[in-house]
Amino acid sequence: MTTRLVEGSAVVAEAMVRAGCRFFAGYPMTPFTEVLEHMAESLPRVDGVCINAESELEAVGMVWGAAAAGARAATGSTGQGLSLMQESIAEAAMAGIGFVVLNMARGQGDYFQATRGGGHGDYRTPVLAPSGPAEVTELVADAFELAERWRNPVVVVGDYYMAHTWVDLDVAAAVPDPPPAPDWALDGSSGGTGSAKLVSPLGTTKQRDGVGYDLAAHYDHCAQRRQAMTEGIAPRAECLHTDDADVVLVAYGTMARYAEAVVTACRTEGLRLGLVRPITLWPYPSEIVAEACAETKVVAVYENNAGQMIDDVNLALLGAAPVVGINGFRTDSSAFGIAPDVTVENLTASVQALFEQYG
Amino acid sequence: MNRRNNDELRVIATEHAPDDANQVADFTPGLIDVGEHHLCPGCGEPIAIRAVMDAIALLGLADTCIAVFGIGCSTAFSNNLDVEVLQALHGRAPSVATGVARVHPGLAVFTIQGDGDMANEGLQEVLHAAARGENIVCIMLNNGVFGETGGHLTVTTTIGQRTKNTLDGRTAAEHGHPMRIAELLAQIDGVGYVARGAVNDAGNVARTKRMVVEAFTAQQAGLGLSFVEILTMCPTGWFVPTDEAPDYLASTLAGTHGVGVLRSALEPA
Ligand SMILES: Cc1ncc(C[n+]2csc(CCOP(=O)(O)OP(=O)(O)O)c2C)c(N)n1
Ligand code: SF4
Ligand SMILES: [Mg+2]
Repeated sequence: MTTRLVEGSAVVAEAMVRAGCRFFAGYPMTPFTEVLEHMAESLPRVDGVCINAESELEAVGMVWGAAAAGARAATGSTGQGLSLMQESIAEAAMAGIGFVVLNMARGQGDYFQATRGGGHGDYRTPVLAPSGPAEVTELVADAFELAERWRNPVVVVGDYYMAHTWVDLDVAAAVPDPPPAPDWALDGSSGGTGSAKLVSPLGTTKQRDGVGYDLAAHYDHCAQRRQAMTEGIAPRAECLHTDDADVVLVAYGTMARYAEAVVTACRTEGLRLGLVRPITLWPYPSEIVAEACAETKVVAVYENNAGQMIDDVNLALLGAAPVVGINGFRTDSSAFGIAPDVTVENLTASVQALFEQYG
Repeated sequence: MNRRNNDELRVIATEHAPDDANQVADFTPGLIDVGEHHLCPGCGEPIAIRAVMDAIALLGLADTCIAVFGIGCSTAFSNNLDVEVLQALHGRAPSVATGVARVHPGLAVFTIQGDGDMANEGLQEVLHAAARGENIVCIMLNNGVFGETGGHLTVTTTIGQRTKNTLDGRTAAEHGHPMRIAELLAQIDGVGYVARGAVNDAGNVARTKRMVVEAFTAQQAGLGLSFVEILTMCPTGWFVPTDEAPDYLASTLAGTHGVGVLRSALEPA
């Protein structure tokens, strides 16, 4: 093993290249910027293409085209940039075009943006949330598999901390070749045969079939595919000491790592604290959360926003246990989602207060 | 010239069509699946699309091209062609075509958009694609209105032209000035070919087809982005009788948007 000390965003880029991503387009915005820089450096080395798009609208458009042409393709951004991309993400789901979207948020204020999306229509996007660079490689590979399997955009959520945490990366292993293009992808060759391919968010029936676009039939087909996807993706979460916990924390991403440290410390002091860490934010691991919290006295949702994932926890528990939020942290003036109050000490204090109130 | 003798001439029975006669369906242009369409009578867009498909057939590009369609009335043809088609969102075709072309650099990737699609919703896309020198062909069907939504003002609507939201005609003071898109593109480094044609009469249709052939020829030679704007009739959106639409095009649209080749990196023939 040969390791190199790199920042988290380089791990994300490396994971994408290893997962077969050969087309990337993006527009700078911190902390997505650093991923774009690494992709611009690494993709040409494997005969891939990285375009510094002139806007997020164009970045996602390019990825729409590259994915329809059979490449494993990805884009991403941060907050505002992802807001601009929503139309294409929503419509790509209707067109059956799968690609990966990195939601490199700053804090966790974009949980709703990632899990609900701001696009139009009856669509869903699977959302994967690594807790840090160590889990990125596996989940980025999973994201490309899901995008291809379900022909749907898939979101991977990161944050400022993850992008800038420096870790050892194994750089020795050879980069595998990307998988072949799927059958439906366009390469021009079916033209002139009487059955040229069509990839369209309006449907794939053609005028020669005596129909033309049949939107009712197409939307029905999309609904069936979405349903199959919903049922076909196993929700994932990691549970830590939830079997006998009096207080259970629910946290994802970077926040889960603080929570993990507090759980470990509390356990050495005999406090029965547990943690559920959702890995798929959609489909949400509702059953895992409900089961892990079945016997608990209180559930605390620890998130770096004003309280967003708490809605999903409430939906999972449906009143089975009291749910409180540990959230609403003030952030520093950098606007990068750095919350000085997100510390192991502060979380420990919050948890102790819960034990006193509910214990 | 081979002229047959009179006695060799076959007498064609008129009560039934002879077995080997061309049927109407046979006149469906090559690479267009079905001759019937749902666009308005007198619409110029089917003529323009036919010119494009004829050019592709002529150059033998049917199985090495990919079309990317925008959203407008011409979207009716995105499911009616015998070439591979990728449907894009309103305004987004040039970036989508960029993605396709970068994955398949050898193919003839081209876009078809209306003026509302290309010049209103997504003007920056074609400008940026041109400046990047993307090796694609971009076609803009310019009727000076959003035909599909019912005849509304676009950035190419000419002064004086009536539209649904300029009922007394466009004035510069109230609604701003028309933009000349071909002229805009012609001054960008990175374009290989820029022309503006029209389909209001047979001569212009033939000229337009030649322009499209030249655009694809430039694309095949790797000269960068090629752009052909085609002025098309929209009798419905213009609120003029169908048979008056070609003259209306000549007297209004073509006055502001002059027909001709604006730039070409091709060697003179
Ligand atoms: C984002 C978005 N905004 C608006 C529309 C509605 N819309 C559909 S077609 C169209 C205008 C089409 O005009 P043009 O591109 O000139 O094509 P034409 O119909 O004239 O051929 C509009 C505004 C849309 N589909 N998407
Ligand atoms: S509205 Fe205009 S552009 Fe649309 S089909 Fe009718 S004539 Fe053609
Ligand atoms: Mg128009």
